[in-house]
Amino acid sequence: MLIRVTPRHAIPSSEVTDESVYRNRREFLRQAGLLGAAVAGVGLPRLARAMDGAGPQGQGPGKLGAVAMGEDLRKDLTDWGDVTSYNNFYEFGTAKDDPAPNARAFRVKPWTVKVDGLVKKPADYQLEEFMKPHRLEDRIYRHRCVEAWSMVIPWRGFPMADLVRRVEPLPSAKYVEFTTLMDPKQMPGQRFPVLDWPYTEGLRLDEAMHPLALFVTGVYGTDLPNQNGAPLRHVVPWKYGFKGCKSIVRIRFTDREPATAWNKAAAHEYGFYANVNPGVDHPRWSQKRERIIGGIRSKATLMFNGYGDQVASLYAGMDLAKFY
Amino acid sequence: MEAGAAAGAVPRGGPPAGEGKGAAPRSRHRSSAPRIRAPQWLKYPVIALSLLPAAWLAFALWSDLTRNTRLLGANPVKEMEHYLGEWNIRFLVLTLAVSPLIQATGWGWLIRYRRIFGLLAFLYIFLHLTVYFVLDVELDAALLVEDVTDRLYITLGMAGFLLLVPLAITSTKGWIRRMGNRRWNALHWLIFPAVVLGMVHYYMAVKRDIREPLVYALIFGVLFWARLRNRRGSRGQAA
Ligand code: HEM
Repeated sequence: MLIRVTPRHAIPSSEVTDESVYRNRREFLRQAGLLGAAVAGVGLPRLARAMDGAGPQGQGPGKLGAVAMGEDLRKDLTDWGDVTSYNNFYEFGTAKDDPAPNARAFRVKPWTVKVDGLVKKPADYQLEEFMKPHRLEDRIYRHRCVEAWSMVIPWRGFPMADLVRRVEPLPSAKYVEFTTLMDPKQMPGQRFPVLDWPYTEGLRLDEAMHPLALFVTGVYGTDLPNQNGAPLRHVVPWKYGFKGCKSIVRIRFTDREPATAWNKAAAHEYGFYANVNPGVDHPRWSQKRERIIGGIRSKATLMFNGYGDQVASLYAGMDLAKFY
Repeated sequence: MEAGAAAGAVPRGGPPAGEGKGAAPRSRHRSSAPRIRAPQWLKYPVIALSLLPAAWLAFALWSDLTRNTRLLGANPVKEMEHYLGEWNIRFLVLTLAVSPLIQATGWGWLIRYRRIFGLLAFLYIFLHLTVYFVLDVELDAALLVEDVTDRLYITLGMAGFLLLVPLAITSTKGWIRRMGNRRWNALHWLIFPAVVLGMVHYYMAVKRDIREPLVYALIFGVLFWARLRNRRGSRGQAA
């Protein structure tokens, strides 16, 4: 596969960060004010929370220049406001609009990432060192949640494979496990046993080495807002969103399939593989179609979320209804 | 809210549970309770207020679709389903709270609101189902059938709704007269299984965080208990 790598600072004319995002927001605020009196509490709590989410830490989108991958998806980009206010990040609350307000004070500096397990070079990295050798690039990916909704998101990050090569896994390593920070003081959701904290996720090593798998530190041309998994998360666009581990503090190489948070919570609902597959329904959601975030439209879900030509070979000969 | 419901189930100043067997709690209350009577017209503002959530939702949808606002957030269809779902539950609570409340306060005039809240609950459940069928399933009958047969929480929600249909139909004065109190009451007992189905549906619809459905389950539990307790009381009275 060809990856076009664009020098980070060569930002061309196509600065697309949708102005409509800002316009929407202004319009939205105006109407929120107007409506305030009229609805007298009926919709206000939600309104207030949605407004919180619109500007994480007062942060807006950066400038999104040329992208290394996914240029064809640019026209479908999900609004910044939706990307940063509609989040599944149970560490900060179970409602979609919980993480933005609850993660506001989350401290992402300093940040340490432990790399251990079956590797030649285990180490505790400061995030800066962790990222230093890698060049960040912007890629627009489809993002499909197991709850049958989807976004199109311009991530900023670097290929996971580069990191894997750098830390040199031993030949016995077959899987990678990712762990989210455990800190109930900062992450109010961890005070309730909604999941078996800390959140863990995992990939087969060959999945982690796939050029589409990405370590992500930014979105929309700027640093990741806290509610999106700052300061470091990973993204595997052909899998359901929950496979992406947020606020990662540990990367462990192992020879056994790692236990993953949602699989532990409900094994018959959430498999280890969790490849996007319109042919295998979740007990609660048909996976044939997906709601496009930002409106009421839906569309047909694509096998491997549309990345089948690049990833299908990873699963050759596997029964994907069994290994869901 | 829980505390309020619980307090409502225990008649203030009434005999402690178990002691009042021989007494006639109802009439006693009526005589001792202050004679509060609400005016007839009170139901109009109550109904208007109850329709506000639906009106707000309709406005928000219209605004989001035509004026590019985001009043319903990033996923308007889900938001509408959840919003209406929560109001389903609230109106079912209100409906079931009326009788125990009368029992506790002796305000017989409240009885009028049982039917009103019941019909409002039905209206909201109908809207909930409509949003699901029109906007979520997008009028795809095959998908609807698949959902009803394959997804238990939909099956249960649908069953709950179907149980409520005959109740809504027979809620007019004409039907009450035609059926007679006894049969009418027997039919309308169906609200209890409907609520149970709705609650299990609710419990299954939330993904992992079951705190809210548990709170509502507790409220319904208290309301059911108040009723049972009251029934036992009146049986004792008859004996
Ligand atoms: C007794 C009748 C019903 C009650 C009390 C009820 C109540 C609820 C409640 C409380 C929720 C969850 C709201 C939340 O998460 O905050 C919900 C969700 C939902 N209900 Fe119902 N409902 C009923 C009937 C139905 C029917 C007949 C259907 C469609 C056939 C339906 C479809 C749905 C759907 C699709 C959801 C959203 C699930 C999701 O999050 O994906 N419900 N309902």
